[in-house]
Amino acid sequence: MDFDFTDEQNMVRDGISRLIREEYDFDTRRGVIESESGWRPELWAQLAELGMLAAPFSEEDGGFGGATEAMIIMEEFGKGLAVEPFIPSVVCAGGALKHGGNATQREEYIGGLISGEMVFAFAYAEPRGRYDLANLETTAKADGSDYILNGHKAVVIGAPWATHLVVTARTSGGQSDKDGVSLFIVAKDAQGVSTRDYATVDGRRASEVYFENVKVSGDALIGEADNGLPLIEKVVDEATAAVCAEAIGAMKVTNETTVEYSRQRKQFGTPIGSFQVLQHRMADMLMEYEQSVSMCYLATIKLDEDDATRKKNVSAAKVRIGQAARFIGQSAIQTHGGMGMTDELAVGSYFKRLSIIEGEFGSVDHHMRRHIALTAG
Amino acid sequence: MNLEFTEEEKAFRAEVRDFIDNNYPKDIGTRGVQDEMSREDMLAWHKILGKKGWSVPAWPTEYGGTGWTPTQRYIWGEENARKNTVMPLPFGVSMVGPVIYTFGNEEQKAEHLPGIRSGDVWWCQGYSEPGAGSDLASLKTTAVRDGDDYIINGQKTWTTLAQHADWGFFLCRTDSDAPKPQMGISFILVDMNTPGIEVRPIKLIDGGYEVNEVWLTDVRVPATNLIGEENKGWTYAKFLLAHERSGIAGVARSKRGVEQLKEIAAAELLDGKPLIEDMGFAQKISQLEIDLSALEITELRTLAGEQAGKGPGPESSLLKVKGTEIQQRLTELTLEAVGHYGTPDFRSFPDDGSNDFPIGPDYAHHAAPTYFNMRKTSIYGGSNEIQRNIITKMILGL
Repeated sequence: MDFDFTDEQNMVRDGISRLIREEYDFDTRRGVIESESGWRPELWAQLAELGMLAAPFSEEDGGFGGATEAMIIMEEFGKGLAVEPFIPSVVCAGGALKHGGNATQREEYIGGLISGEMVFAFAYAEPRGRYDLANLETTAKADGSDYILNGHKAVVIGAPWATHLVVTARTSGGQSDKDGVSLFIVAKDAQGVSTRDYATVDGRRASEVYFENVKVSGDALIGEADNGLPLIEKVVDEATAAVCAEAIGAMKVTNETTVEYSRQRKQFGTPIGSFQVLQHRMADMLMEYEQSVSMCYLATIKLDEDDATRKKNVSAAKVRIGQAARFIGQSAIQTHGGMGMTDELAVGSYFKRLSIIEGEFGSVDHHMRRHIALTAG
Repeated sequence: MNLEFTEEEKAFRAEVRDFIDNNYPKDIGTRGVQDEMSREDMLAWHKILGKKGWSVPAWPTEYGGTGWTPTQRYIWGEENARKNTVMPLPFGVSMVGPVIYTFGNEEQKAEHLPGIRSGDVWWCQGYSEPGAGSDLASLKTTAVRDGDDYIINGQKTWTTLAQHADWGFFLCRTDSDAPKPQMGISFILVDMNTPGIEVRPIKLIDGGYEVNEVWLTDVRVPATNLIGEENKGWTYAKFLLAHERSGIAGVARSKRGVEQLKEIAAAELLDGKPLIEDMGFAQKISQLEIDLSALEITELRTLAGEQAGKGPGPESSLLKVKGTEIQQRLTELTLEAVGHYGTPDFRSFPDDGSNDFPIGPDYAHHAAPTYFNMRKTSIYGGSNEIQRNIITKMILGL
C-alpha cells in the first residue's frame, strides 16, 4: 500500500503549483475571464513549454506519465480556478487519441496537442441527450471513403479557443443504440462548422457547435467505425476523474478561505469561528473534503483496470464528490454571510465552479444510477 | 379542526382571482432576477392596487388597510403567486409603513403613508453595516443632534434596491454611552436625495446588482424625521423584523415554483422519457412537496393564532428557516433538472431586446443564477443560524 507520489510526479506538482500561484491570483483570473478571449494562450504555451500538456501521455506518444499526472495538474488547476482547457484538450481529445488513434493520428494530433499548437474541444453533449453518451442526434453518414456530419453539439467547453474538435456522432443504428457510435476529429475551420460562443456561469467559455454537411475524410475517424462507445466511455471516465481532482483542489481552498474568514470576522464581540454551530459546520466541510480526496485517488487508481471496475469507481467518486461539492460550496457561502454573496470575494467563484462541477460529466443522480446498474445483483 | 375554506372565503378567492386576471398588466416581465426589471415595471402592480385600495391589506383600515382576515390575506397571496405577479416591495408596505402608523406622529403618518399606499415613493432599509450583520445592535452609523437637525455619518450595506429609492429608514446610534448597545439606537427617516448620500451598487455572485452600499457623510436630516423617541429605535426595529419574518415563508411562491419545476422535469428527457418519470427525481420532487405542505399547514396554524389575536411570535423563525430551505431546494432541483444548459451565462449574450435565450430551452437560462442568488435567503432577514438561536432561547427556554 502506498499513497506516495513519485519524484517525477512531485516535480509536476511543484511546477504547476508554482505557475498557478504566480499566474492565477484572483484579480488576475478576474481580468482573464472578463477579457475578450477569456483565456491566456500565452499561459497555454507556458504549460506546453513546462511539459504539462505532455504529462498524461506515454513516452511513445511524447509524454511521460498517465492519469495520476493529470490528477495532480487538475487538482492544482482547481486551487486557482484556472480556466484553460486542460480537460477538453489534453484529457478528452488526448485520451481519445491515445486510446483509439492510429499511429498517423497520434503523431500528428498528439504532437500538435503537446506542443500547444493545436487546441482541442470535446463535442459530445447534445441538447436532448442529457448524460447519455450514446443518445446522439448528430449523424455521420459514409459517403464513399468520406463521412458527412450533421447535427448540433451543446455546451462544448473550450470550443471558442479550439483549433480542432473531437466529435461523437451516430454512424448507424437508432438514436440511443450502443452500437453505431463513432468518433471523429474535425478541424474547427472545416466548411460547414459554425459556432455560437458564450461565457459560462463559472468563468469559462463554451460554444454551441453546429455541423451542416461537414465532409471529413475517412482518416478523421478515431478508432473503429460503429464501435466508438467503449472508447468514449473510457475517455469520459478519465475526464470525470480529472474534474474530481479539480473539485478537490477547489474544495481545499474553499475550506481554508472559510476557516480564515471565521477567524477574522467578528460579531457579538468575538470571531464567528468561536461559535460551535459554525465550528461543526467547518468540521463537516473538512470531513467531506477528506472523503472526496480518497474517492478521487480511488477513481484515478482504477482508471486503467477493466471497464466495469473503472466505471463503478469513477461513478462512486463522482457521486461522493458531487455531494461534497454542494455541501462545501453552500456552507462556505453561508459561513461568509452577506460577503459570500458578493462578486468581490473569491469564495463566490469557488462556489460557482463547484456547483457546475456537480453536473459535469454526469450529475450525482446519473452516476448513482450507473453505480446501481454495475453493483446491484 | 377544519381546513375547508368558508363560502365567503371561496367567494373572496373568486373575486380577487377575477380582479388579478383582468387587471394585471400583461406587458411587464417576471421578477426572476431583480435588476433586469425597470423601476416602472416593479411598481406597476403596486400602483394599480393602490388605486383599487388593495396595496396594503394588512394595515389597519384607518390607514388604508382592507380589513381582510389573515385567511383572506393568505388567499390574496396565493392568487398573486398563481399569476406570478410582481407584488409591492416590502420595504414600504411591510416594513416602514407599520412602524410609521404604530410609532410615528400624525405629521409623519400624513406625510409618508399615502406615498407608500400608492406606490409613488420607493423605500429602502438602512439596517446592516459592514461590521453589523447578525449582530445588528453593534451598528456604528451615528446621528448627532445639531439644532433642529440630525447629522448622520456612517456606512450601511446590503441595502436592497436602494438605487431606486426615494426615502430610506435608517438605524443610527444616538447615544454611544448607553449601558447596552441596543439602548442607544434611533430610527430615522431619510430623504435619499439629501446631499452627502452615496449609493454604490454591489455586484453579487449571480452577476446582478440588487443590493448596495449606502455611504452617509454629514447628511443633514430634520429632527422631525425621528420616529418615536430618541434611543428607542431598537424596539421599532425588532417590531419591524418580526413583520419581515412573517411573510418570509413564501409558501404560495414555492408552490408555484414546484409547478414550474414539474413542467421542466416533464420537458427534460432521461433515456428518452420525461425526467419526471424517473423514480429518483420524482422522489425528490415529492419530498419537496411534502415539506411544503407541512410548512403550509404550519403557516395556517400561525395565521389561525393571529386571527385569534396572537401576534407573530418566535414561531415566525420556524417559518423563515423552513421556508428558505424549501426555496433553496427548489433552485437546486431546477439546476439539476436543466442539465447541460444550466452552464451558459445568459448575461454574456448581447441584449437584442428579445426575452428569448438564443440557445437552450428558455426555462434553463435562469437556473444557475437563481440557484446562486437564492443562497442569500438563509443569510438575510436574520441568518438561519440566528433564527435557530431565537427558537432555542424563546421557545425552548435554553
